[in-house]
Amino acid sequence: MIHSLFLINSSGDIFLEKHWKSVVSRSVCDYFFEAQERATEPENVPPVIPTPHHYLISVLRHRIYFVAVIQSEVPPLFVIEFLHRVVDTFQDYFGVCTEAAIKDNVVVVYELLEEMLDNGFPLATESNILKELIKPPTILRTMVNTITGSTNVGEQLPTGQLSVVPWRRTGVKYTNNEAYFDVVEEIDAIIDKSGSTITAEIQGVIDACVKLTGMPDLTLSFMNPRLLDDVSFHPCVRFKRWEAERILSFIPPDGNFRLLSYHVSSQNLVAIPVYVKHNISFREGSSQGRFDLTLGPKQTMGKSVEAVLVSSQLPRGVLTANLNPSQGTYTFDPVTKMLTWDVGKINPQKLPSLKGTMSLQAGASKPDENPTINIQLKIQQMAISGLKVNRLDMYGEKYKPFKGIKYMTKAGKFQVRT
Amino acid sequence: MQEWANQLCENRQFGSKMTDSKYFTTTKKGEIFELKAELNSDKKEKKKEAVKKVIASMTVGKDVSALFPDVVNCMQTDNLELKKLVYLYLMNYAKSQPDMAIMAVNTFVKDCEDLNPLIRALAVRTMGCIRVDKITEYLCEPLRKCLKDEDPYVRKTAAVCVAKLHDINAQLVEDQGFLDTLKDLISDSNPMVVANAVAALSEIAESHPNSNLLDLNPQTINKLLTALNECTEWGQIFILDCLANYSPRDDRESQSICERVTPRLSHANSAVVLSAVKVLMKFMEMLPKDLDYYGTLLKKLAPPLVTLLSAEPELQYVALRNINLIVQRRPEILKHEMKVFFVKYNDPIYVKLEKLDIMIRLASQANIAQVLAELKEYATEVDVDFVRKAVRAIGRCAIKVEQSAERCVSTLLDLIQTKVNYVVQEAIVVIKDIFRKYPNKYESVIATLCEHLESLDEPEARAAMIWIVGEYAERIDNADELLESFLEGFHDESTQVQLQLLTAIVKLFLKKPTETQELVQQVLSLATQDSDNPDLRDRGYIYWRLLSTDPVAAKEVVLAEKPLISEETDLIEPTLLEELICHIGTLASVYHKPPSAFVEGSRGVQHKRLTSSAGSGESVESPDTGSAAVSEAPPTVIPSQGDLLGDLLNLDLTPPTSTGPPPTTAPGMQLGAMDLLGGGLDSLIGDESEPPPIPLRTDTPQSPQPPHQSPSPPHYSPTEVAPGNHTGSLGGDIGGSPAMGTGFGAPPAAMPASFNAPISGGLDDLFDLGGGGGLTMGTYIPPKSVWLPAMKAKGLEISGTFVRRSGVIQMEMTLNNKAMSVMSDFAIQFNRNSFGLAPAGPLQILTPISPNQSIEAALPLSTVGPVMKMEPLNNLQVAVKNNIDVFYFSCQYPISMLFLEDGKMERQVFLATWKDIPNENESQFQIKDCHLNSDAASNKLQGSNIFTIAKRTVEGQDMLYQSMKLTNGIWVLAELRVQAGNPNYTISLKCRAPEVSQCVFQNYETVLKN
Repeated sequence: MIHSLFLINSSGDIFLEKHWKSVVSRSVCDYFFEAQERATEPENVPPVIPTPHHYLISVLRHRIYFVAVIQSEVPPLFVIEFLHRVVDTFQDYFGVCTEAAIKDNVVVVYELLEEMLDNGFPLATESNILKELIKPPTILRTMVNTITGSTNVGEQLPTGQLSVVPWRRTGVKYTNNEAYFDVVEEIDAIIDKSGSTITAEIQGVIDACVKLTGMPDLTLSFMNPRLLDDVSFHPCVRFKRWEAERILSFIPPDGNFRLLSYHVSSQNLVAIPVYVKHNISFREGSSQGRFDLTLGPKQTMGKSVEAVLVSSQLPRGVLTANLNPSQGTYTFDPVTKMLTWDVGKINPQKLPSLKGTMSLQAGASKPDENPTINIQLKIQQMAISGLKVNRLDMYGEKYKPFKGIKYMTKAGKFQVRT
Repeated sequence: MQEWANQLCENRQFGSKMTDSKYFTTTKKGEIFELKAELNSDKKEKKKEAVKKVIASMTVGKDVSALFPDVVNCMQTDNLELKKLVYLYLMNYAKSQPDMAIMAVNTFVKDCEDLNPLIRALAVRTMGCIRVDKITEYLCEPLRKCLKDEDPYVRKTAAVCVAKLHDINAQLVEDQGFLDTLKDLISDSNPMVVANAVAALSEIAESHPNSNLLDLNPQTINKLLTALNECTEWGQIFILDCLANYSPRDDRESQSICERVTPRLSHANSAVVLSAVKVLMKFMEMLPKDLDYYGTLLKKLAPPLVTLLSAEPELQYVALRNINLIVQRRPEILKHEMKVFFVKYNDPIYVKLEKLDIMIRLASQANIAQVLAELKEYATEVDVDFVRKAVRAIGRCAIKVEQSAERCVSTLLDLIQTKVNYVVQEAIVVIKDIFRKYPNKYESVIATLCEHLESLDEPEARAAMIWIVGEYAERIDNADELLESFLEGFHDESTQVQLQLLTAIVKLFLKKPTETQELVQQVLSLATQDSDNPDLRDRGYIYWRLLSTDPVAAKEVVLAEKPLISEETDLIEPTLLEELICHIGTLASVYHKPPSAFVEGSRGVQHKRLTSSAGSGESVESPDTGSAAVSEAPPTVIPSQGDLLGDLLNLDLTPPTSTGPPPTTAPGMQLGAMDLLGGGLDSLIGDESEPPPIPLRTDTPQSPQPPHQSPSPPHYSPTEVAPGNHTGSLGGDIGGSPAMGTGFGAPPAAMPASFNAPISGGLDDLFDLGGGGGLTMGTYIPPKSVWLPAMKAKGLEISGTFVRRSGVIQMEMTLNNKAMSVMSDFAIQFNRNSFGLAPAGPLQILTPISPNQSIEAALPLSTVGPVMKMEPLNNLQVAVKNNIDVFYFSCQYPISMLFLEDGKMERQVFLATWKDIPNENESQFQIKDCHLNSDAASNKLQGSNIFTIAKRTVEGQDMLYQSMKLTNGIWVLAELRVQAGNPNYTISLKCRAPEVSQCVFQNYETVLKN
């Protein structure tokens, strides 16, 4: 099982270590540093690194490497999942997961890691159980603790750990009972030069924020559940009911949680919200290149496309870019060659465009590579797959909760080749 | 640490007093004293703050062990947080302060009886983490109670504690019967307890290979399946992994387990999903293919696998490695999902490369157009490694999908037109493979290829181009000019190119003999006379003999029709694949190597095989044969230069040498050695000092292996043991490309019959050339020769020699760092060798070697290491490790290193022994051009522990009778005849192990001539 954990920052310092079995020397990280040196980009460090006596399994999040050390055959996904859970927990506790935040809360971090693994076996990874055991630090609590000397460790037995619904603590009480569900879809697509879709798929999630008193039992039904043929559920969802009736039936955890994630594969017809007209070209023998980009809405069901951000890694030979945006602002980083254009909202009557010239280094030959254009965007009040919630019902409690459903579409890895 | 702590403090604005970072600021001297005072304070609050500071120091790696007694004093408290903090501290430092840790025992035992189950569990959990023997004794009783505790939370914690205890003291756990209690917990009413018991048992079972700890029967399986639905995600992983080890009795049981596992495919935790996939993939084998459920299951497997690919890149990577196995075993699952493997430009490189691999595996006639368009797109990306692999992938598509070959070739030609240097080179390498698969089909493109001849600067591309020119010499008008242009810088080329050029020109000569005679003579003389590469020289000589004795036969051999390369030589070998399918989701599946190949944790892994349903037509082999096949067939198909060193690669490179690898690991080498030596080997490696009385076999002229007749070759052997590589190349193949594997083997079959005599003659010539090479001994220390050139070892150059000083054999080396970076962490290891030479201690290189620095190292050797017959006898294969990589080389030691100081035989004994050794064990050699008189020779030889026992003068000839004794107890007797005025000596050697004679003779020669 998981032997040790090292946290390494982007400059290569080990700033925290935790051992669940015997102590493994820090020098084991040298193998990681070697791999890090070989990798051209921080994210290119291989996730599994063998060393003579250990294996190092790492994830990179928030520019921190979380490096787990294992000694025997352990499923790597188990380790990676756990590491992501650690990051999520830190984020949940401290709001951000940064080196500074971890150092500021080092004792809580240590206590958390101790509760999350026992001898390398996961012990308590559910946020509500952890929060019962160790209270998250808040400014107020820290102040109160400093003044009164009280503790941030729960004195109670974490009852949730033993119940049949370990994800929910008992005795929850709210004055305003509310349940909000966010349907968020990310569209991943590759569009080729000519504008036709090579592949497009949708990663969707339903995130919930449930603040309900007692032990409510919820059911959520969809207008078009057929869309959901590839789903992953939170453990609270009753799988049999879904199989039989295509209804989500569950006792929700308290607070924020991800109820479900789903995937609409490229075999379905996926709507593409925007189109891009582009002309990025260099002429042989000339040190100037043309850059011409126009965006327009495509299949948006009448909703407006907002927060559009276009980025593109221009060829290495490009020295400067002299462009003129019809709206928004653009930047070009001459070191990384990254061009970013913050477009904002697309007005269908007046399409945003970015036009101008790029100049190459003197004497540089015509670049071979074609830059790829990366697009980020947001569309409110629409799930691009067409998924719609039919109704939400609550059983088991008497009060009437306030319910809300929100839809949103974002671009995930949305790439246009030129 | 201190630095960043201070910096952190400065950088922080207000509010910093409120956070834990304040604990990092007190790093000044006297801190320990201050903390000590605070820990002993009466005020609870101050105490707690102090413990917090101690913990903070500990987490950043500062040594606060001196505070042990003070911290332990804080343990008896009702404050849960303080207790926990103290426990944290204890776990960290108990090991270094075992006596102090005892002080904590009482509190632990008391806490185990606490009313609060949380405290009970915490106490038993912490105790298990204190890895001190003395404490574990006290742990047994509380643990036994906790395992039967009424509270499941305590039971579940105690279950893990058994695994901890087992890690510290396995015997104790067995003696105390904890294993049985743990097994009982599998039937516990609480699913979490079941899951933890399974997890603990699985971990313990890993160190007990043959125990039946997880004795699975239908009842326990049923309990596990019930618990599976109710326990946490992590518990589900343990249970699923455990289920995968079960072999269902029939297809109905198999189906019912599959049905109950399938819902796990929808779990949000990807590790649960992959473990479920493993169980399903394994149990699916049992299902009849015509069953409806079988089809349903296949359909259900695709979506979760696709979903894994939308997770974080690290998860994607592991998923892709496993999908790679799954598509090889059951391509139908994902055949419609090609698009999800299309590469996004900002995927990490490790994801890109894996996706590419799977794309090729899924390529079929139906989707090839799409795939090719994608691959072409990738070939214009920025990342060089990725571009190269994409170009190669196009070639693999051509070989895999015949209908697409034409399109692939035209795509490759398009890419060549881009004139991007590495794209062109990569394209030429794969086009060569396409020629091998579809001969006489696409040769029209050769003209285009020839246009880019000048731009090729990588050996592999040059070799590929040369192969093409040689292979199609008759269709290329100026083939001779082209090859001649390569010949100009022959010595600057890499070996790969040199070998290929040699073969290509010989092919050309056989095709157009009239115009190219001069060229072929030129290359043969370059290869045989001016080169010091034994492979090249050997091949040159063989061609030379071949051409001069029987050109018709030469044509048959060299221009023999080559077998077509098969479509996918990079597929994982089926038995290995079956085993890996049983290990989906594990490290083995990420590395595509059997679990037994792993360094640690492999002790207990049994080989797992898929069991298929009866009548499905797939072979069911016993696990034993399966595993044997696996170990003999490494996953790489093409033998590379490195493979010549055989099992040296498997050695564990830790400095203190102990045992060699088990004898089964180097089949090739061992077979070769056995075959040549027969009974002689026994006497050579036997450690009895008396020569064994078994009659020994000698090599007679009728021996079926001409090259091994005495005199046996000094330089020849390392290549001999791996016939697949070099001899196979005679037919004109080039190794190194992934699709070439099956090309080996066929052509050399024609060789032995027709070329017996000429070759052995040729080899004799060869040995005369090489025989004089630098062996020296005794007081004379030969100059160091380069063993490992810097080019082959990433800048590390090792030269060295062997010395015997007052009975101690030393290997003296100069390590020269010609790289740009510092080298450190050196270690050395020997392969098993004829006389059991082994390092007597670790390699003493204490300081790192900086660039351009060289360092002298002397390594004392012992002769008690593991023994394996080498060819030649005094060959030594060495592996040297440093912080950069592991490197292998072989060198030869003078056999006089092994001559003992007490090697002088009694006269009578000598006489008797001489008579006793049968005459066929006698070998006679000539030592030419030696101008010493008999006394001077005798003195000189004595320096190398060759002792003259008697001298006789008959008819103006001095006869010296000499003896020497090898470290393994073998005596060698010699009669040296020296005639005044004649510079040629005659030496007769008699030994019960005649194999050593050759070495001994060489040794005489070198000693006498230096």
